[in-house]
Amino acid sequence: MSETEFRQPTLSRRHILLGTAAVGLMALPRWAAATPAEAEAVVAKLAGSAKPAASRIALQLPQIAENGNSVQFSVSVDSPMTETDYVKSIHIIADQNPYPEVATFYLSPANGKAEVTMRMRLAKTQNVRAIALMSDGSVHQAQQEVKVTIGGCGG
Amino acid sequence: MADVKARVKVPATATKGEIIEIKTAIAHAMESGQRKDKEGKAIPRKIINKFVCTLNGKELFRSDWYTAVSANPYLSFFVRATESGTYDFAWYDDDGSVYHASASIAVS
Amino acid sequence: MKYVIAGAMVAAGLLAHGAVRAADAQTGGDGLGKYIVGDKRSGYVFAEPDTRAMQDDDFQNPGMVWVEAGKQLWSTPDGAAGKSCQTCHGDAATSMKGVATHYPKFNPRVGKVIDLEQRIDMCRAKALQAKPYPWESHELLAMTTFIKNQSRGMPMNVAVDGPAAPFFEKGKESFYRRRGQLDLSCASCHETLEGRHLRADVLSQGQTNGFPTYRLGWQTLGSLQKRIKGCDKQMRADPHAFGSDEYVNLELYLAWRGNGLPVETPAVRK
Repeated sequence: MSETEFRQPTLSRRHILLGTAAVGLMALPRWAAATPAEAEAVVAKLAGSAKPAASRIALQLPQIAENGNSVQFSVSVDSPMTETDYVKSIHIIADQNPYPEVATFYLSPANGKAEVTMRMRLAKTQNVRAIALMSDGSVHQAQQEVKVTIGGCGG
Repeated sequence: MADVKARVKVPATATKGEIIEIKTAIAHAMESGQRKDKEGKAIPRKIINKFVCTLNGKELFRSDWYTAVSANPYLSFFVRATESGTYDFAWYDDDGSVYHASASIAVS
Repeated sequence: MKYVIAGAMVAAGLLAHGAVRAADAQTGGDGLGKYIVGDKRSGYVFAEPDTRAMQDDDFQNPGMVWVEAGKQLWSTPDGAAGKSCQTCHGDAATSMKGVATHYPKFNPRVGKVIDLEQRIDMCRAKALQAKPYPWESHELLAMTTFIKNQSRGMPMNVAVDGPAAPFFEKGKESFYRRRGQLDLSCASCHETLEGRHLRADVLSQGQTNGFPTYRLGWQTLGSLQKRIKGCDKQMRADPHAFGSDEYVNLELYLAWRGNGLPVETPAVRK
């Protein structure tokens, strides 16, 4: 495994202070953070004509992440998970990561319960959302802001 | 990566219809493609991009992963215990490798 | 320029938040009692609850992967003698229980204090007739983590008297020596300013009872010497080489500072 530490692909305060931020960053394939608009576009594509409802889905996240390299999330959807009423997929979106998509989970009645737990990287303080697509075509969304702290030694 | 190692936690027994939790973890750097090495060159992306769980060959759960999944990925989810058999867990690497782990369950 | 600003930011952070202390680190609340011995506080006490939970659950703790890898290596023959660790030492759960609490330790064969990593490679050279594991290799980290994990929960208990005394003194000197362009010593942050804020961080005591440790910042598990090298770099000082006497003696001093704290290996920290 690499010894190089994960660098947050955004402008840190130090870079801004130095005024030299752009120089070292241009060469990277994708340095700039996604914008909330890009994240909205991802959501719009998922939801299609349905309007996401802020119900039936719960997203559990820390208010403050000690390290953006590992932020644990749990998402659960209130669904009987029967042949006629189940969650088809859950999508995790981080609005201002280099790429907004984090992970997608495909479920079926075989799961019995629509709940998953995982850990993700957050490049900076931002809004995180979970979108559930249901078997009846409805779309549900939950979101929360997570503050990502910057360590005293720049870590 | 020679040291890839997966761990899974599945109950050894369950009653038919019971909903059980499955926990999985795998050692993998999940290199995002957004980091630089000491010479300032971008380190190429190399992540696990897909995870699939099957029981006796039938798919129960699948997940697509992107670069924001943390290194040494941990994932837990639920399945309904329907029959005895062997769960297979497969992690698909960008480089074409597939890492497997398995666990058996007795359902009564 | 960069160093001046970094230094100014360090100083400003310390001054602005100097009076603020982490409540948990002071009170020992939240079931933290076993991680506080007298005035010694494990880094566990300074960690966020989510990070502690990750360490506490043996399945969620990512460092356990190295423990399992070490367990495999323990019984796998390697080297010209055709032996494994198990050939001489049997079941590690018995033979290695408590061993790591005494390391770093004076070794009469080489006439100096050596750490656990060096002891492992000494065994490999002498008994197994195998090549040493390189520093920070997956194998050395796995074996060190596996062996120290056999002492989990036991109090650290290194000897600093007798033949170890001069090496302990050197380690102590290193702990208090100012170095680097920021003119800091280990003690500046981890003794004088312990418990105070450095930007969003609370400075810990720099205790070593959880090493090798899985650090979220590293996204992997690493040795204490890797951590010390990181500190040196952040102090704008030239790091020493892995396995240098300078670092091993410092490891001894750091271990002594934490004598009595329970082994947590593999700890999880930010």
